[in-house]
Amino acid sequence: MLRKIILAVMILFCFLLQTTIFRSLAFAGIVPNLLIVLTSAFGFMRGEREGLWVGFFAGLLCDIFFGDILGFHALIYMYIGFLNGKFCRIFYPEDIKLPIALITVSDLSYGMICYVLLFLLRGRLDFLFYLKAVILPEAVYTIVVTCLLYPLVLFVNNRLEGFERKRAKKFV
Amino acid sequence: MSPVIKKKGEKFTIPSKYLLFILTCLCTVLMGLTFGTDIFNRPLNTAVGYVVVPFQQGISKVGSWLSSRKDELIQIRQLLEENVQLQQQVDDLLVENTLLQQEKAELSRLRELYQLDNQYDEYHKVGARIIARDSGNWYSAFVIDKGENDGLAIDMNVIASGGLVGRISEIGPNWARVTSIIADNSNVSAKTLNSSDTMIVSGDLQAMQDGVIRFGQLIDSQDGVAVGDKVVTSHISDKYLPNILIGTIHTINRDSNNLTKSGYLTPAVDFEHLEEVLVITDMKWEMEDA
Repeated sequence: MLRKIILAVMILFCFLLQTTIFRSLAFAGIVPNLLIVLTSAFGFMRGEREGLWVGFFAGLLCDIFFGDILGFHALIYMYIGFLNGKFCRIFYPEDIKLPIALITVSDLSYGMICYVLLFLLRGRLDFLFYLKAVILPEAVYTIVVTCLLYPLVLFVNNRLEGFERKRAKKFV
Repeated sequence: MSPVIKKKGEKFTIPSKYLLFILTCLCTVLMGLTFGTDIFNRPLNTAVGYVVVPFQQGISKVGSWLSSRKDELIQIRQLLEENVQLQQQVDDLLVENTLLQQEKAELSRLRELYQLDNQYDEYHKVGARIIARDSGNWYSAFVIDKGENDGLAIDMNVIASGGLVGRISEIGPNWARVTSIIADNSNVSAKTLNSSDTMIVSGDLQAMQDGVIRFGQLIDSQDGVAVGDKVVTSHISDKYLPNILIGTIHTINRDSNNLTKSGYLTPAVDFEHLEEVLVITDMKWEMEDA
């Protein structure tokens, strides 16, 4: 229960940061994608199930506020969380390379999917422009922010896991 | 052995791949349902309105306070210099103003004569503050801090500094989402102020980077439209009120079909530094009834 509440607070917190503060800090009108960082972090730290739920709700929040149809972003984020969960088995908290690589790939593929589904299908063919103007800057900015945000997420997750272990011991 | 089998003493959980499948179906159904209808909008918009919007209001207030402090520090020196110049300008303008006032009286007399009514002044407007911007980088929508409780409704036009910003596309009790005209998924029917030639102004992410908006399908057989002409919303649209300024023509080219022209507009609104907007609470369909 505690975990669910904390997850909800974190999703809300990242969404708020992304739509308010980071908007005014945006370089060239590009904001980092904090929700992707959160989704994939919980995916590879905790497994498919949790990545999937975090992604679903993070995407749903985007959809309600900024999407034309409900469920579009929810679906993308959910699959990103789920696929990141596949790497849970080779994840070690001490290793920073895997998280950075996974988050980068997640953000790049999010950008690609958005381009294909929202722009290419409407006949906007200049892929290189969109790659240079949106996808790559967003990925770079996201990686920079990951370096700050990821240790925080890891810390919260470790504390939560410690807390849950303690409580489980009490029951036995 | 099936993975769904329940073992003794273990909590029953669905394996994550089935969960993924179920949620995928759910999302697809949601997408299908919300594509045509808006049945989920009311409860969801109300719910997030009470959870998320107060935070956004608070944060954006702090954010704008901080950024205005920063600007103040930078600008103090400039302002001192500017003040001297402006004082001089005030004196000049005072003289000019008295002249204009005389002319205005004349104008209103002439207007009565011609029975022209200036609709632009007669629209009822409500001020609102922008509290959040699009979470992604693809479209440019934003959220304002007024909603149904303040008398707003979907499709109301939003203006700022005399130009068209966009229209309300989604609404909750205390928030509303404004889709701006520069967003890639928006189209506005427009006309030139001088010659009333109609065109379609469509937002474009690629043009947005250069600070312009694309327009097309301008039929201008007399070659009357030139760079610098003012472009306003046309009478054709069922959502946008007529005669709201959109911008001025920046470049104009003949299309390869030799019939229509297209090009770019410089918008009247500075979309990058929008903070407050005005929502026109008159709707197009109401005006036609009256």
